[in-house]
Amino acid sequence: MPLNTILNTASEPTLTASGLSRDYGARRAVRDVSLTLARGEVLGLLGPNGAGKSTTMQMLTGNLAPSTGEIRICGIDLLEQPTAAKARIGYLPETPPLYRDFTVDEYLTVAAKLHRVPRADVAAAVVRTRNRCGLVDMGDRLIGTLSKGYQQRVGIAQAIVHEPDVVILDEPTAGLDPNQIREIRALIRELAASHSVLLSTHILPEVETVCDRVQILNEGRVVYSDTITALREHRRGQALTVAFRRPPATDALSALPGVTTVETLADNRFRLFHGIGDEPAEVLVKLSVERDWGLVELIPVETSLEEVFVHLTQREEAPAQP
Amino acid sequence: MKMILTIAAKELRGLFGAPLAWVVLAVLQLIFGYIFLVALDRFLEMQPQLAQYPDPPGATEIIVAPVFGAAATILLLVVPLLSMRLIAEERRNQTLTFLLSAPVSLLQIVLGKFLGLVIFLLAACGLIVVMAGSLYAGGHVDLGLVAANLAGLVLLSGTFAAVGLYLSTLTAQPVVAAISAFAVLLVLWIINMGTSDPASPLHLISLMRHYESFAKGTLHTGDLAYFLLAIGLFLALSVRRLDRDRLAT
Repeated sequence: MPLNTILNTASEPTLTASGLSRDYGARRAVRDVSLTLARGEVLGLLGPNGAGKSTTMQMLTGNLAPSTGEIRICGIDLLEQPTAAKARIGYLPETPPLYRDFTVDEYLTVAAKLHRVPRADVAAAVVRTRNRCGLVDMGDRLIGTLSKGYQQRVGIAQAIVHEPDVVILDEPTAGLDPNQIREIRALIRELAASHSVLLSTHILPEVETVCDRVQILNEGRVVYSDTITALREHRRGQALTVAFRRPPATDALSALPGVTTVETLADNRFRLFHGIGDEPAEVLVKLSVERDWGLVELIPVETSLEEVFVHLTQREEAPAQP
Repeated sequence: MKMILTIAAKELRGLFGAPLAWVVLAVLQLIFGYIFLVALDRFLEMQPQLAQYPDPPGATEIIVAPVFGAAATILLLVVPLLSMRLIAEERRNQTLTFLLSAPVSLLQIVLGKFLGLVIFLLAACGLIVVMAGSLYAGGHVDLGLVAANLAGLVLLSGTFAAVGLYLSTLTAQPVVAAISAFAVLLVLWIINMGTSDPASPLHLISLMRHYESFAKGTLHTGDLAYFLLAIGLFLALSVRRLDRDRLAT
C-alpha cells in the first residue's frame, strides 16, 4: 500500500459507489445510484418494496455485478480486487444465510475463518461477538432451534465477527416483535461507534431513530438524499389547524398575511396553509381577540414522515405512464 | 488453501450434522460387507479346484476385486444424493450468499466443496480397504491390486463428485440436481455399450472403459489423465456457472 493511501485512510470514506446501474434484461432495476459512507455513520436506504434497495446492496457486497458504475471499499476497487474489498465488508442479506444444523459457535467460527480472522483470534472473536449481539448463553444451541429474533442476531453476528469497516444490513428488523426491534436498533447504534453502517428499511420511524443520513430510492433512482436533521426540517409544518367558537368568514382567514389557502373542516375547524417561515399564528391570535372569534385551538400541522415519503416516491409516477 | 480447507470442513460438518451421511455410510458398509462375504464363501468353495491350476487367481482377485467393482456401481447411485446439496441446497436456503460475500474466490468455494465431498467418499472407499485388510488374518493379500483398485475407485468417485457438483450449480432444487447428475453419470458409464466397433470414439469418453483397467490392476496414464481431465473440466464449469449468477441479467 503506498504511503499516501495509508495517510488518507482515516479521513477517507469507507464506502463510495458512483453511477451504479443494474439491468435485468430490458428492465433497469437500479439507475445511477451514488452513495458514500463515512466512518461512524449510519446511512439509511429507504424505499418502497421493489425500489432497488436489495439490488443495490447486493452490488455493494459483490454478490451482483453492476452493469455500470464503480464501488470502492476503503479505497479498494470491489470489482478489481473483490477478495481484498470483501474482507472489509460484513453483510446481512434480507434472508439471513444461516446453516440451521450448525450451532451458533460453529457457525460464527466458520464465518470468522472465512473472513480471515487470524486462527489464534477466532475463538476470542466468536465470544466477543456473541456477547455483543446478546447471544451469551446461545453458543451451543442449534441455529434452527432459535427464535426468529435470535436468528436475526446470529445473522448480524456473522456480519460483524471480523470487525469489518463497512456493515451492510438488509432490513435487519423485518419480522421481529417490538421489543426485539428496539434491541436490534440499539445494537445498530452501538455498531456505528466503530463501523460504518448501511441499512435498508421500509419502516419510516426506524430511519429517524437509527440513521444519521437517509437516501430514499424509488424505481431504482435516488429521489432524496440528506441528513436526518434536514429531513425533519422538511417535515416542519406548512399548515395550521384552528378551531373557533364563533368562526369568521373564510375570506377573513384567507386575507391573513402569509396564508395561501384555507380548507374548511368539520366542527368550526379550518386548515390554513402558509408559506415556509410565514406562520400567521401571532396575527391570528391578535385578530381573534379583537374581533371575538373565540379561538379555542391552534395546532401546527406536522407533515408525517409517511407523507414526505409518499410525496417523494409518487411524484414521478405520473409522467411514467405512457 | 486455508480457505479451501475451511470450506471443506464446513461441508463435512454439514454432511455429518445430518443423518443422510451416516445412513449412506451404514448402507454402503452393509452392501460391501455382504458382497465381501459372498465372494469369500465362493473362494473357499473353489479353493480345492483352484489348487490344481499352475498359476491360480489369488484371494485378492476373487474376493476384493468384485467388491470394488460393485462399489463403483453403488457410488454411481449414491454420489448424486450427496452432491445434490452442495450448491442447490445452499441456493434454496439462500445461504450461498454467506460464501459469496466472504473474501474467498469462486474457485476456492468450488474446490472446498469438492474436497469436502471427496474426503467423505474416501471414508467410504476406506471401508473396503479395511475389509481387504482383514484377509491378512488368513492369507496373502496382493497389495498392488488393492492399491490399483483403490486408486481407480477414488478417481472414479472424484469424477462422480465433480459431475454432481456441476449439476448442483445449475439448479436450486436438490432433487433435480440429483436426478440429472445420476442421468449424466449413467450415460457416461454405459455410453460405449451401443457400439461394437472397438475403435469407436465412444470408448474414449466411457467411464466404465477407463475404470476397467484399474480393476485389473494395471495403471495407464491415459486412464489417469481421463479422470483428472474430467474432474478439472466439471470443476471449471462449476466456477463459470457460479460466476454467471453474479452477472445474471
